This record gives sequence, C-alpha cells and structure tokens, in this order.
Amino acid sequence: MTPPAETPQATAVPAFRVARSARMHRYVLVAFVAVVVALATVPLWAETATTRTLVTFFTLLALAQMWNLLGGYAGLISVGQQAYVGIGAYGVWLIGDVLGIHPFVSVLLAGVLAALIALPIGPLIFRLKGGYFAIGTWVVAEVVRLVVANIQATGGGSGKTIMSAARLPMETRVPGTYYLALAVAVGSILLVYFLLRSRVGLALTAIRDNDLAAQSSGVNVFRAKLLVYVVAAFGCGAMGAVVAMNLLRIQPTAAFSINWTAYAIFIVVIGGFGTIEGPLIGSVIYFALLQTLSQYGTSYMLLLGVIAVIMAAKAPRGIWGFVEKRWDIHLFPVRRELLLESPPPEERKPADRPDAAATETA
Amino acid sequence: MDWVNVALQGVLLGGLFALFATGLALVFGVMRLVNLAHGDLGILAAFVALFLLDSFDIGVFWASLAAVVIMFGIGYVLQRGLLNFTIGTDDTRPILVTFGLSIIIQNGLVMWFSADSQGLDAGRLENASVRLTDQLAVGWYPLIVFVIAVVVIAALQLFLNRTTLGRAFRATSDDQEAAELMGINNRHIYGLAMAIALAIVALAGILLAVRTTFDPSQGPFRLIFAFEAVIMGGMGSIWGTLIGGIVLGVSQTLGAQAFGAGWGIFVGHVVFLTVLAFKPSGFFAKTVTA
Amino acid sequence: MSILELKDVDVFYGDFQALFSVSFTVQEGQTFAFIGANGGGKSTLLRTLAGLLKPHSGEVLFQGEPINDVPAHSRVGMGIALVPEGRRVFPSLTVNENLLIGAYGGRKGEWNVESVLELFPLLQPLMKRQASSLSGGEQQALAIGRALMSNPHLLLLDEVSLGLAPVVIKRIYEAMGHLVQKGTTILVVEQDVQHVLTVADHVACFLEGRISLEGKPGDLSSEQITAAYFGM
Repeated sequence: MTPPAETPQATAVPAFRVARSARMHRYVLVAFVAVVVALATVPLWAETATTRTLVTFFTLLALAQMWNLLGGYAGLISVGQQAYVGIGAYGVWLIGDVLGIHPFVSVLLAGVLAALIALPIGPLIFRLKGGYFAIGTWVVAEVVRLVVANIQATGGGSGKTIMSAARLPMETRVPGTYYLALAVAVGSILLVYFLLRSRVGLALTAIRDNDLAAQSSGVNVFRAKLLVYVVAAFGCGAMGAVVAMNLLRIQPTAAFSINWTAYAIFIVVIGGFGTIEGPLIGSVIYFALLQTLSQYGTSYMLLLGVIAVIMAAKAPRGIWGFVEKRWDIHLFPVRRELLLESPPPEERKPADRPDAAATETA
Repeated sequence: MDWVNVALQGVLLGGLFALFATGLALVFGVMRLVNLAHGDLGILAAFVALFLLDSFDIGVFWASLAAVVIMFGIGYVLQRGLLNFTIGTDDTRPILVTFGLSIIIQNGLVMWFSADSQGLDAGRLENASVRLTDQLAVGWYPLIVFVIAVVVIAALQLFLNRTTLGRAFRATSDDQEAAELMGINNRHIYGLAMAIALAIVALAGILLAVRTTFDPSQGPFRLIFAFEAVIMGGMGSIWGTLIGGIVLGVSQTLGAQAFGAGWGIFVGHVVFLTVLAFKPSGFFAKTVTA
Repeated sequence: MSILELKDVDVFYGDFQALFSVSFTVQEGQTFAFIGANGGGKSTLLRTLAGLLKPHSGEVLFQGEPINDVPAHSRVGMGIALVPEGRRVFPSLTVNENLLIGAYGGRKGEWNVESVLELFPLLQPLMKRQASSLSGGEQQALAIGRALMSNPHLLLLDEVSLGLAPVVIKRIYEAMGHLVQKGTTILVVEQDVQHVLTVADHVACFLEGRISLEGKPGDLSSEQITAAYFGM
C-alpha cells in the first residue's frame, strides 16, 4: 500500500504539454553574449597580470561546470577529475612538444586525448557505486599520476617545460591563452546547457531521481552516464591544457593534485549543486576569496573545508538553490515543466515563448 | 628466496592495510556510508598520540591507547553531531561532507604540526627481526602488526556474530526501519559503528606511524589502500578485507621488487583494477553486509 | 479502559495527505480490525502508531499518554509492536537471531523463544537457517513471533495474510485467537474482509484516508461494508 503513488481523485487527466520555460531567457541570452564580448576585449586594454588572473578564473569555472555535470546532474561524485586535468596538461606537452602541433591547437587535442582515455575507464569504474565510485575515480587519478611521475620520458617527478608554448612570442601567447581559457569556460557552459536540453538531459534527470526506475523505464542509464563521464573528461582535459599553457611548466604532483577536485567541489557546493548558475556564482565567490585570503594558505583551505561541510550538510542546494527557491528564478532554461493547456491568455502569447521550438508536446 | 621473503613482507603489510580497511567496511556495512576522511582520521590519531607523547610523560603505549579511546569518542560525536544528518538524504551529501572533512583534517594538521614528516618511536622493537629459516627473516614489528590485525578482525567478527549489540548492528544493516521497530535506536547504532571504526583506524594509524614516518598528506593514500582491500575482499565481508589487504600488500612489495621502488604502489592499483574488471564482487562476495 | 486513542490525526507523505482527521478509540483486550481498499490509509495508520510517521496534527494517546513525539524505537519499550507489511524479517540473520532481536527492547513478559516456538512449532526446525531462505508463510510466522518477543501490550498486524496459502492464513488466524485469549490488544489491517471478521470484535473501514464506517461486525450489514469499502 503506497499512498503517494496514487491520484486521490480519478478525474480525467487534463491536457498538458511539456515545455522548458523561461521568461527571462532572452534577456539572459543578451546579457550572456554581452558579458562574453566584454571579456573578449580584456587583452586589448588590460595588463598581462590581469589576463593571467582571469585565465585562472576561467579554468576554475570550466572545472566546476564539468564536475557539476558529473556530480550535480548525473549523480556521479568524482574525486578524481584531476586525472583528466593532468592528462590535459601533459597532453599539451605531448601533442605540442613531441608531435610538433601548434600549442593552441594542442589544447583542443589534449581534451580529445582525455576523452579517449576516459572511454574505457568509465565502464570499469561504473562498477562501483556512490562513495566507492568516488574513491575509484581517485585510484584512476593516482594510477595516471604514478605512470607520469615514474617514467623518464615525461620528466619524472620534476616535470617538463612546455617548450612549444614558451617559444611563442609573448604578444601571441598571452592573449592566445586568454582566448583559449575564455573559450573553454564559455564552451563548458554551452556544453552543459546543450547536453541538458538534449535527450540525454532528460535521461540524466531520470537517473538522478531514481537510477533503477530510469533503467526500467527504458532510459539507457549506462550510455548516458558514459557520455557525461567522457564529456567531463574532455572539458577537464582542455581546462588542464589551458592551465599548462598559462604556467608553461608541468609537474605531476601539481597537475594530478586532489586540490583540483577540492576546488571544484567547494565551488559547486557553495554556488549550488545541479544548476548551471551555481558553479558560476560559486566560481566568483571562490575566486574573490582566493584573491583576498590565499596568502593564508592552509588556513584558507581549512576555512573552505568548513564552509563546504556546513553547506553540504545543511544547505545542499547552495546559494543558487536558495535563490531559486526564494524567487523562482532560472537563468538557463534547461528544466522541463508540465504546462496545463488553457493557461491564462497572456501566458499563451507566442511572443512570450522564444523557446517555442524547444517545446515538446506530450 | 628473495622473492619469497618479499612476498612474506607483503603479507604482513597486508595486515596493516586490512586494519585500515576494517572500519571503512564496517561503516559501509551498517549505514551505507563511505567515509572519505577515513584515512585522514587514522593519520589524525597518530598525531594525537604524538601530541600526548610530547605533552605528557606517559610512554608510547599509554599515549596510543589514549589516542584510540579519544578517536572512539570523536567517532561517536562526529556521527551523531554531523554525519547522521546526511544519512537517508541523497547519496551525494555524505560523500561531499566526508570529503570536506578530509580537507579540514589535512589542513588542520598542517597548521598545528606543520607539513613535516613525524615519527613515533617504539624503541628496539622496530628493527628487531626473527629468523624463520636460513634465508627467511621477518621483522618482529610487522609480524606483531599482522597478529594485531588478525586479532582485531576476529574480535570484531565475534562481536558482530555473538553479542546482542552486534546483532543490532547486523539488523540495522539489513533493514534500518525494521530495526527501529525492534526498539533499536539507529542513530545510536550509527554512532557506535563510527566510534568502533575510528578506534580501529586509530590503531592502524598509530601502528603505521611507528613503522614509518608520517605526515598530514598521507590520509588519502591510506583511504585508497583501504578501499582497494575492501573491494578486493568483497564488500561487506570483514574477513575479506584481510584477504584483500594481503593481496594488495603482496602486489605492492612484489611490484616494487620487480620494477623498482616507484612502481610498487602502481602495481597494487593495477591488480586492484584487474580484480574490479574480472571479479567486481571481490573474493569473498557476500550479499549480506557487516 | 482505552489503550489507544486517536484524535483528529492528519498524516502526510511530503505534500500528499494520507490520513484525514482520523479519530477512534481502542479498548484494552480488543481485536480491532481495519479494512479497506489498497491506498485507503490503513498501512499509513499503523506506521503512524508505530512511530515511523509523525502526525501533522491531532493527537495519539497510548494508555492515556500523548506519544506524538515518541520515536519508533522508544515505542517498543512502551509496549507497541508492529508486524510490518511485507514481513521485513532480517534476511542475513538466522531465525533464532531474528527472534532474539525482537527482545532487544528488554520488556519482561511471558513471551520468549520457547513460548514463541510453542505458538509456531513450524519455526522449531528452522532456527539455524537464514531468514532469507524461509518461505513466505514461515517468514510471516517469524515476523509475528519476533514482534511478540517484545512482549507488546498492543500488537499491530499489517496485512499478515497477504500472498500466503490458505492453510497458512488459517494457522496465523488461529494464533491470533491465542493472543486474544492471553489479553493482548490487537490492531489488524487486512484487505481480505472475510477472515478478519471472524476474529475482530470491532471494525473500521478506511476509504481515501478517512474512516468511512465503524462498528461491531455483528451490527454491520454486508451492504454497509461493501459501500464503505468501495465508496459507493
């Protein structure tokens, strides 16, 4: 006897359709484009130090978006994304320095390399669930780190300098790296956005709500998870490649550091789990803290840990979750809502629904 | 004979891995919680023992015993004061909270004790060895650690099988709501499970600290080894963790012997991943936990 | 005297209201039966009485004391035991261990392993077996025996005949007769009206979360019961 599963009254099912609705959608799009264009002008007027700082910000944002795609949307909590960050960083060296491909191109290829490596790893660690999956991802990261640290070709524990990038003139390298970082950040947001609006997004929602039920209602859980895992590896790889370009020096302990995952988790937990907006807000907050408090080193990390634990235990939806609940604002229309047919007349004006093409009728 | 000797070291090392793994398996068995701070809590215990040893003139044994008792208390308070709030919500919260705890412990220890390597001195015991045959010798200390591991695991299994409280642990593991209907206060049981888990991992951390040097960054490695022992042993089997630990220990020592010191841990991971690929339920798969 | 009294109890699952202003009184020694279609709120009621659900409003009195805020595990010690729907024996524990865990609350009384085995002799040869290996009927006997081990004043039985062979159901209802003789108060929930009317001395029918009919079985006509059951 399960009362919640029943409809109390057996009245006729009202006509409805499924829509992804967002009233503010157009304004958000305009604002988003405006911000990106404004950020694109930065190298034209700002100092090198500023652009380099922003590069760090963009990479953290991309990292957080990718981690959130895994954890917030697919329910795959990874503490091993540093595997792909490191692969991306070493990928730039491998593709740029060893294969001789232009370093700017090698950033993208490094992402592809990370995705290719993730493809066979995903099915293996999907055998583990929940917290054990999390540790499994960590093992993978350790395996990759140990390989890189133990072989001579990659420079062992002391690492490598990325010569192909270092040789570029600074006027090319600094703005180039900046635009790559911006592209990776914007790309990570768009990637998550379009992935969630595709059929995969629907599958992910089902998986997050109930893995087993999703499976039994025909959602290919395994394929959706693997796709997300590979996409996240690609994003983290490209992000790691940009970090390497920015620093020009790679070293296994830093490239494969658990701190990458720690940053991502802090950002997402503070900003808001399972939303695109959350990592955006979280990155800004995290970055502001980083700029003001990072000279305190370990006590800064300690503080972040305390905040994250409190947030995760008491307010798991983060700051954006609070905003959403309080004001019902959704900047990115990735949610699907059941709309009853015959809403108030003003709601039916086509002008109000710029995303009418995305409306699915059930 | 060298190889046999190395394998033997690996078996003994496996005992220590199993001791780290036992609490992880117990907590998972009773409340489906994977404590990502498990390794860090073991290292924390070593630092507590070190602090007690430096502050009071009580000797290694009593300092260690006190640290184990303190960790038992911390476990109960941690579970009831924090972790219980994350159980029964979604699966992600306990993972995030314990990961945050791991970061807090690591950085807190660095602040308090610095990132330097420390050692716990247990005197002559550390280097004395016992000769088995002309060519086979094992250190007294690794042997004692192994025996302690076996005794602790046996005692835990006896507790779970033979006592009323142990029965309550297993009942809660099977069906926490039905256990509640038997008059079992799950929150208290969870607290006790974490307390026991941390007491055991405290012992493991201290035994490790006597064996080698230790520093605040080592927790995650201990967690990973413990996890590998749990999965290889078969989730939910306490004795399985000993087998899993031994497999991991032997893999690491033989790997190091074969490919050089840097590759030992790597070979351990590879053996783990191979087991995961071909026998994901582990060597001692049981459908029933704890 | 009344052992259990409910006053205007509302219960919710999240946003879904499962019980609406439910009130009734159970006397000491009574066998009180709740009937009604699936989803009517019977199981919700028993889960609320056992403390697994908290009333949103209203009051639950046990032996005159309000128990709204008493958690489930403490109610066992007060003498309330629930045999949950689906039996819920502990699969990895042996039959013997399942019975022993029933006595975890530590209440003194006439029920112990020996007396339970007297009531359900079929469990005797199974004592060392894992509960998961038992048949449905054996598990049901075990679940009832396990609940008795806590020496309850008030025994709550949720759909104890569901999915069992008629012989087994007969045996369980016979056992219920024994319990009544010993003075245990029983609240029994069933979909199957026939059986329950043979043992109950008071019946209430649930429909969509409300009590739609209440009275002594002899005073109620089958038309009344049908109407209350189906809401026609």
